[in-house]
Amino acid sequence: MTDQAAVEARNAARHYGSGQSVVKALDDVSLTIRKGEFFTLLGPSGCGKTTLLRLIAGFETPTSGQILLSGQDITDIPPNKRKVNTVFQSYALFPHLSVAANIAFGLEMLGRPKAETAARVEEMLALVRLDQMADRKPAMLSGGQQQRVALARALAPGPEVLLLDEPLSALDLKLRKEMQLELKRLQTETGITFVFVTHDQEEALTMSDRIGVMRAGKLQQVGGPREIYNGPVNRFVADFIGETNFLTGTLEAGRVRLPSGEMLDVPEATGQGEVTLAIRPEQIRIDPEGALEARLTQTVYFGTDTHCHLQLKDGTEIVARLQSPPSGDVGLSIGETLRLSPVPGSVQVLEGD
Amino acid sequence: MALSQSARNGWLLSAPALILLAVGAAGPLLIVVIYSFLTPGDFSGVEWTFTTEAWFRVFFERDIFDDTVSAADAHLTIFWRSLKLSLLTTLATFVVGFPMAWFIATQPPNRRAAWLFLITIPFWTNLLIRTFAILEIIRNQGLLNSFLLWLGVINDPLQILYTDTAVLIGMAYVYLPLMVLPLFAAIDRFDFKLIEAGYDLYASRWQVLRRIVVPIVRPGIVAGSILVFVPSLGAYVTPRILGGGKNMMLGNFIELQFGQGRNWPLGAALSMLLLVIVLTALLAYVRVTSSEGRQNV
Repeated sequence: MTDQAAVEARNAARHYGSGQSVVKALDDVSLTIRKGEFFTLLGPSGCGKTTLLRLIAGFETPTSGQILLSGQDITDIPPNKRKVNTVFQSYALFPHLSVAANIAFGLEMLGRPKAETAARVEEMLALVRLDQMADRKPAMLSGGQQQRVALARALAPGPEVLLLDEPLSALDLKLRKEMQLELKRLQTETGITFVFVTHDQEEALTMSDRIGVMRAGKLQQVGGPREIYNGPVNRFVADFIGETNFLTGTLEAGRVRLPSGEMLDVPEATGQGEVTLAIRPEQIRIDPEGALEARLTQTVYFGTDTHCHLQLKDGTEIVARLQSPPSGDVGLSIGETLRLSPVPGSVQVLEGD
Repeated sequence: MALSQSARNGWLLSAPALILLAVGAAGPLLIVVIYSFLTPGDFSGVEWTFTTEAWFRVFFERDIFDDTVSAADAHLTIFWRSLKLSLLTTLATFVVGFPMAWFIATQPPNRRAAWLFLITIPFWTNLLIRTFAILEIIRNQGLLNSFLLWLGVINDPLQILYTDTAVLIGMAYVYLPLMVLPLFAAIDRFDFKLIEAGYDLYASRWQVLRRIVVPIVRPGIVAGSILVFVPSLGAYVTPRILGGGKNMMLGNFIELQFGQGRNWPLGAALSMLLLVIVLTALLAYVRVTSSEGRQNV
């Protein structure tokens, strides 16, 4: 990975409709995706992540702003002239062509010599482990295999950037996990810049070098998975990535006074006034010396860990995730009053909503 | 025992369909075959004397004075004109019908029904009336010529009526829906994401059309072409009204034999020949398109 820009969006906007009923699918987004990185656009449906991907692919043109590929302005260049290939959500494999012909399509359109194309197709089939399937039609393949053909087809012409539009959403859980690793492996092996669109935060965290979180056409935060998970800039990001408990209180010189009157140490916080605190469920410990008093309302067993639903003195509902002991029973009874404390340094002070 | 019982039941149960098939399809066809080997009656009908004269006369002419035999040029001309006009009609309906079908298939679903309805409206009108409407448009003092004269594009009316062009226009108009509907059905099932995938993989517009769209909607193209070509080859109302007396097509010529010509065996032989031509053309077409399909694999 280098610091060179593979893709840049400069104040890119895409509006639908006009006047009062204008829909800002993408609202003034500026973003730099580095060469060779696995970049994920993450957000709920309708946040504009797919629109941004389609702007990069060239299927749509921005209402305003620019799209750059390796420093070149490609805003007005049609998709068939961009060195960018797409893996579609529905795969969009050509049903009348064999697996090999699907993979060869891009190379043929580029007018590459036949021998070169054939060798490249072989290489791609090996890369996605479909050597035996070259002559099959897409309809004869399983979902996971179709997915791999779509990948091979998009990688075959050697694009500068590979765009992936929620490619794993149609697969079942086990296959999805497998393909996540496979994608990461392909990206590392080929060194091609991947721009991956998903609404699945876990997928984003496990695969990405960097993540851009989007909401309502705007970019909320860009950073590495750890940075995004442990240092969300606002309540939306904290809520969307992983599970989070939110507490409100008043900041008073490094401590937060909760509505119940209890005080929580937040050494890293500066300033004063009303704040929102975010605490991850796995960062809450049962601690006889803890600052918070809570009543256990429910426990849910998840195998490796147990979710404890708790009610604070002021009525706020929170969840603590405890590791299940070998017996499987955390040894707490419903209605019991406990004392809790967050792991030091794990409390996030959030701005805005 | 049980097996033969069930076999007998099978025959019994399919008997109504078999009888219908025998009476409705095989029977009349057999009668036509038999008639083509009989002698024409004096006024009409046939006399039950076996002869191959009708088949001979399809292809050859015998001079009434010296009995010399020569190829029946007039018949060949009619065959050739029918074949040519039918192929051109098929082509014309495809060229006009494909964009129409594409347009309808890409409309929002609630508007598609309305467009399809408009396409089928002409079906509800009598063929004669529709053909006379076309005649009204293309005749020398008709709408088209008046308009062109008024524009000053031409000084004298164009003689379109009673030419092959008139027959072509008329048939293309009449058979257009038969092309549009199967094309629409095929394009409607087409996944438009594939077009984006094509552009994404560096294909030009033309390449997307030729390499992706056409191969995938081919079944619709084949169905539409067959539905237009077959009735065009046997058409006789349209050529008769728009082509006038001299530009006969096969259908008119056959009709003539059963009417004024009073030569039923010749008419029957010509009918059989038409059937053979249609079957051969269909077989060749299916053979060619399916082998093309295999090459694309």
